Amino acid sequence: MIAFEEVWRSYPMGPSRVDAVRGITFTVASGDFVAISGPSGSGKSTLMNILGCLDRPSAGRYLLEGVEVAFLDDNALAALRNRRIGFVFQTFNLLPRMTALRNVELPMIYGGLHREARRRQALEALAAVGLAGRIGHRPSELSGGEQQRVAIARALVNRPAIILADEPTGNLDSKAGEEILEIFHHLVDGGATVVMVTHNPRIAERARRVIQLEDGRIVSDIRR
Amino acid sequence: MDFREAVALALEMLAANRIRTSLTVLGVVIGVAAIILLVALGEGATAYITRELTGLGTNLLIITPGKTQTSGGFHPPVASTVRKLTYDDAVALRRRATLLSDAVPIVLGTGKIRSQGISRHTSVIGVTPEFQRVRNLFVEIGQFVSDEDVEGRRRVVVLGRTVKRELFGEENPLGQFVTVADSRYRVIGIMERKGVSLGFDIDDLVFIPVKSAQDLFDTDRLFEILASVRSPDDIDRAIQQVKDLLIRRHGNREDFTVVSQGAMLSAFTTILKTLTAALAGIAGISLLVGGIGIMNIMLVSVRERTREIGIRKAVGARRRDILGQFMLESVVLSMLGGILGIALGVGGAEGLSLFFAYLPTRISLWSVIMAFGFSVAVGVFFGVYPARRAAHLDPIQALRYE
Repeated sequence: MIAFEEVWRSYPMGPSRVDAVRGITFTVASGDFVAISGPSGSGKSTLMNILGCLDRPSAGRYLLEGVEVAFLDDNALAALRNRRIGFVFQTFNLLPRMTALRNVELPMIYGGLHREARRRQALEALAAVGLAGRIGHRPSELSGGEQQRVAIARALVNRPAIILADEPTGNLDSKAGEEILEIFHHLVDGGATVVMVTHNPRIAERARRVIQLEDGRIVSDIRR
Repeated sequence: MDFREAVALALEMLAANRIRTSLTVLGVVIGVAAIILLVALGEGATAYITRELTGLGTNLLIITPGKTQTSGGFHPPVASTVRKLTYDDAVALRRRATLLSDAVPIVLGTGKIRSQGISRHTSVIGVTPEFQRVRNLFVEIGQFVSDEDVEGRRRVVVLGRTVKRELFGEENPLGQFVTVADSRYRVIGIMERKGVSLGFDIDDLVFIPVKSAQDLFDTDRLFEILASVRSPDDIDRAIQQVKDLLIRRHGNREDFTVVSQGAMLSAFTTILKTLTAALAGIAGISLLVGGIGIMNIMLVSVRERTREIGIRKAVGARRRDILGQFMLESVVLSMLGGILGIALGVGGAEGLSLFFAYLPTRISLWSVIMAFGFSVAVGVFFGVYPARRAAHLDPIQALRYE
């Protein structure tokens, strides 16, 4: 489903350049729950951006469901993010002025769905994360854990090929974080694919497979 | 996202910053209102002048001594070529210019007019009976100057309303004598009330027979000859006929000027149109300044909402989605300003002519459409740059923006 082949990502930095990701190769099968772990500066954010089609590799190949991402233009990348990828961020990244329901509808607005279909799917997604009763609340009226659950509902509402979570528990207390991880497990049991980036080894251990990064390279890839 | 939702979203965003939005909109409102108001004033003045000039008599030709150019505006007369127009010139025109229905010799002077110890300085006009028809100005009580009065050089006078009131009050002046510049004149009529036209009090005049006026002012010259053309289609040919006739009478010299009422009218309206366009242009500049206000606020908005843009891009918004969203916001801003500006401009113009009778206004549809269209164009023009900036934000940077 996801295949990285010798992926590099370099940034020009003055006269020299910085290699954030140095020749990473791995695959993620459909229905897996993978954690990408490593200290800060290990390249996990860069990897995450490439995985999420927000960025393109400088060298190497990234195949998402068999499609070579490097060859796509911005509009095609936007469409791919819209339909095949769901983001969950550390800081939730909900639109503050919109209700939970409208936040979850957002990807479908850009997907061109009709209002009724949007509403129905958004309600389903919110029910799936246990927030059926909070659809009319704005982010400021929700707890951190609830906000993150809204974000998860938004991520899964278009039935993406992969849900990308960037430190999803980083801004939550341990109880709320636990709930989020349980939701991920639940989704994976239902057939979703989750890739989670975290610097916290205890969180990473909760995934089925842990890829350890250091200095832009994979140092270990353990399946439990 | 369908269009209605997009507009609703734009309105929601603008409503979230009410004060900021109002101030930005105000810039456009002032510009649009200024355009509509100033054009309404200009058009009102044009309509007023047209009405007043045509009210003084239609198909009018004015023949003045001396050669002046009249096309394209006013020029001082060329003094060296001035020769006199005479009573006989007017008679000749009346008899032989077939395209004219009337030709009235006019002598104009000012004098002190006195009765029973009350005196008043006023304009004295020497005329013939046809003056009434040509100038659309009629006697109300008594009689006007007759042919016999003219030929007999009789000392009779027709008073304008203002003069009558000043000298006689409510008294009946008919048959009484007044002194006009030391000569005694008998009052034979009172003119109808006409009021002020183009800043000139038409009632503050007295009329005497033209030959009597020449005696009074000791001159054989005329101030002008007023002629009326039989048919409005013949004005140009009539001018030519008058010229031919007078050139022959004046020893083959064109030492006079023939202007049609229409030419004077178009000279006036040309000036007013230029003035109106200049005023609208200045108002347009203020609209442009309003547009800069829009751009400014949209740039601030893009910066403030960088993270929102990042989120939208992350969930699949394309560049044109973001571009469209911000463009729509600036266009909604400017359209809001346009609509309120139309209301203010139209209301202001109506109010002006309601409260100040001397400021006639006429709201023209084209100025409303133009002002509104211009305001929308301003929204588009000044919205493009901020919207493009938003659309081209790097989603990774935008998501990280605090």
